[in-house]
Amino acid sequence: MRLEGSRIVGQPGEPVPALLNPPRLADRDAAVIRFDNVSKTYPKQTRPALRDVSFEIEKGEFVFLVGSSGSGKSTFLKLILREERASQGAVHVLGKDLARLSNWKVPQLRRQLGNVFQDFRLLPNKTVSENVAFALEVIGKPRATIRKVVPEVLDLVGLGGKEDRMPGELSGGEQQRVAIARAFVNRPMLLIADEPTGNLDPQTSVGIMKLLDRINRTGTTVVMATHDQQIVDQMRKRVIELEKGRLVRDQSRGVYGYQH
Amino acid sequence: MRAQFVLSEISVGLRRNLTMTFAVIVSVALSLALAGGSLLVREQVNTMKDYWYDKVQVSIFLCNKDDQDTVKTCQKGAATDQQKKEIEADLKKLPVVDQIYFETSEQAYKRYKEQFKDSLIAGIVKPDQLQDSFRVKLKNPTKYKVVASAFQGRPGVMAVQDQRALLENLFNLLNGMNRVAYVLMGLMLVVALLLIVNTVRVSAFSRRRETGIMRLVGASGYYIQMPFIMEAAIAGLTGAGLACGLLVSGKYFLVDKWLSKKVLLINFIGWDQVVTVLPLVLVVGVLMPAIAAFFTLRKYLKV
Ligand SMILES: Nc1ncnc2c1ncn2[C@@H]1O[C@H](COP(=O)(O)OP(=O)(O)OP(=O)(O)O)[C@@H](O)[C@H]1O
Ligand SMILES: [Mg+2]
Repeated sequence: MRLEGSRIVGQPGEPVPALLNPPRLADRDAAVIRFDNVSKTYPKQTRPALRDVSFEIEKGEFVFLVGSSGSGKSTFLKLILREERASQGAVHVLGKDLARLSNWKVPQLRRQLGNVFQDFRLLPNKTVSENVAFALEVIGKPRATIRKVVPEVLDLVGLGGKEDRMPGELSGGEQQRVAIARAFVNRPMLLIADEPTGNLDPQTSVGIMKLLDRINRTGTTVVMATHDQQIVDQMRKRVIELEKGRLVRDQSRGVYGYQH
Repeated sequence: MRAQFVLSEISVGLRRNLTMTFAVIVSVALSLALAGGSLLVREQVNTMKDYWYDKVQVSIFLCNKDDQDTVKTCQKGAATDQQKKEIEADLKKLPVVDQIYFETSEQAYKRYKEQFKDSLIAGIVKPDQLQDSFRVKLKNPTKYKVVASAFQGRPGVMAVQDQRALLENLFNLLNGMNRVAYVLMGLMLVVALLLIVNTVRVSAFSRRRETGIMRLVGASGYYIQMPFIMEAAIAGLTGAGLACGLLVSGKYFLVDKWLSKKVLLINFIGWDQVVTVLPLVLVVGVLMPAIAAFFTLRKYLKV
């Protein structure tokens, strides 16, 4: 049994000091994400992308997911989004067992999750506010709501005054802010970001991280995969490290890696 | 679902692949026009069969006074009552004969008028131009020759006619045409389906960015697929509308304006039969592309 930060990584069955052992039931209810011995092997692959991964993420946490290329970070996030299904083990997101969630209920789940990607994924032929509004239009939100919340969220991400620009007329950092606005406009419980600063310079990345931190402080759980050592070291949040699909470290207030 | 959003998506999609949409419309129109045409030809054959088939198989037309100069066996003028009685007696003796009807020229005229009441020739024929006739139903229709050899050339008999054989030729021709139409329709249908599948595929590919985002923000599968399916259905409906136009103008120009004037002895299908086929064409025209699109999307558009 080791103590890393304030988090415990230990063997099952090993005695745990009473004070550090939170009530199990409450723990389950608070978990936004819970993986129980999850493995994922892609079709026609012999090597699993994830092996026997177990952990919990609670409401309001900010978690970095680190690991070298191919270690399974994106796979991990895709399992949460139910873009992929676990080969073994159980994935619970927002209290739902994704293996037992029928296909037609998946959209309902995704409406409670926000997504941000390295490549922004904006629609090039729509303006900034149209891009954000699109996310609400396609889930059938009333137009009055859309007119109200889109400017609000654009202000929040610091894009006030640039509503009518096209994505092509924005810097990379600004484009990522649009993507974050789109992800957050529906006030999701959980924001998932796959290398959101991967295409940005360090200065711009810091701005994006401040924004994600602000979103986190509104109560939204944030899970972010990243290669950015500097950011992880500066923010001092919980770090989950994958190596060849195994969870090798789970540390609160962690750094990017011991070896670096 | 926001109608305005869907409509704008559809119109963008349709304009984006204008050539493909055009090809879909034309192929759907042709295949459905052929399908509707075949149905109508079958209807035509049935109309004629219903009327003719079981009624008579062999007609023995008796001389009337107009035949005196033109037909050799009628040199003595109209058939006498004596001749009629003899013929009827002889017919009854023949073992192949099942039933005999006697039709006077008056009755023939009535039937004729009834049958062609919509057509111009109804007024041309007068009762005394038509012959009295024996209509003979045979136990075995192929034994027509027995009757023919017994009565052909007999004084007072103008002609012996196997109407079934006459009709059979016509029906065979129509059925043959129908078979050709079916094959063509099958081919056109395959072409139409391939074009629809390809159009939907291209459309889904060109909008994969949008659909990818829609999926991630939690749009329902229904919402994501609807614009593509509606696109296909609208193209199909346009094609079906064209097919209906072709059928209606076919009935008007080909049948009413031309055939019914050239071919006098057939009663052609009426507008009511054409009108019942049109909704069928429209429904198939909408459903076929919509269903094809639905299955294409299951393959090419992850939801
Ligand atoms: N769709 C797929 N089909 C088959 N194998 C896949 C698929 N996606 C990922 N993999 C494999 O699974 C493993 C983990 O991939 P993953 O994308 O999760 O890594 P990652 O940690 O996100 O890498 P990176 O930091 O480069 O983004 C890799 O070996 C990869 O080749
Ligand atoms: Mg990745």
